[in-house]
Amino acid sequence: MSIVKKFLYVNRKAPYGTIYAQEALEVVLIGAAFDQDVSMAFLDDGVFQLTKGQDTKEAGLKNFSPTFRALGDYEVTKLYVEQESLDERGLTLDDLQDIQWEDEDDDYAEKPSIIVVSRAGMADVMADQDVVLSF
Amino acid sequence: MATLHTVNKSPFQNQTLISCLGHVKDGDSVLLMEDGVYGAMTGNAMSEVVAGMGANVKLFVLGADVSARGIDAGRVAEGITSVNYEEFVGMAASCDRVQNWL
Repeated sequence: MSIVKKFLYVNRKAPYGTIYAQEALEVVLIGAAFDQDVSMAFLDDGVFQLTKGQDTKEAGLKNFSPTFRALGDYEVTKLYVEQESLDERGLTLDDLQDIQWEDEDDDYAEKPSIIVVSRAGMADVMADQDVVLSF
Repeated sequence: MATLHTVNKSPFQNQTLISCLGHVKDGDSVLLMEDGVYGAMTGNAMSEVVAGMGANVKLFVLGADVSARGIDAGRVAEGITSVNYEEFVGMAASCDRVQNWL
């Protein structure tokens, strides 16, 4: 019997300019093996990580954006996205990938993983954690 | 249920300090360290913003990083408490969580 803690992975950087975003995703996937209560937060430039239509072929970079759609299989089903960060960057929910998870307790119904919250709501999410890891 | 937030980048380099202060809860602590200490200074373009947004939290600065940068202690804004490494460790140990704003 182990204690389940609430882990929040905070993402505040755009996807390809630095390695932070890709490393965060690696750590989340590794951490998912430990059966903890894992959430991810996307604010500031971090919201750019979730945009759809990323094509990195010409830039010669690994496109890791499809990985976000696999997180549900690792029971990472809460992706908090800050509304103000979207607004500031001229983005809406339509600009982001459609990320779903299957709820095995509800006949495998597909449910949205992205939860849009206000800045104050994001502060509440952060204050509700046992561990906060920033990238 | 208080959080210790740490900021280690100058507010003139990026928006990290502003974002941090936009997400703190009343009673939280914010420690400015490394290049973050420039956010603790008076008489610059960020001073009023920091004072305003940080009004409901406790602001701290790591003294060693202030000294290292040749910032006179008198230039650290009133109400910002200087701490040493030992006190920093004590703060980290006694809060509910630490959030490093990278």
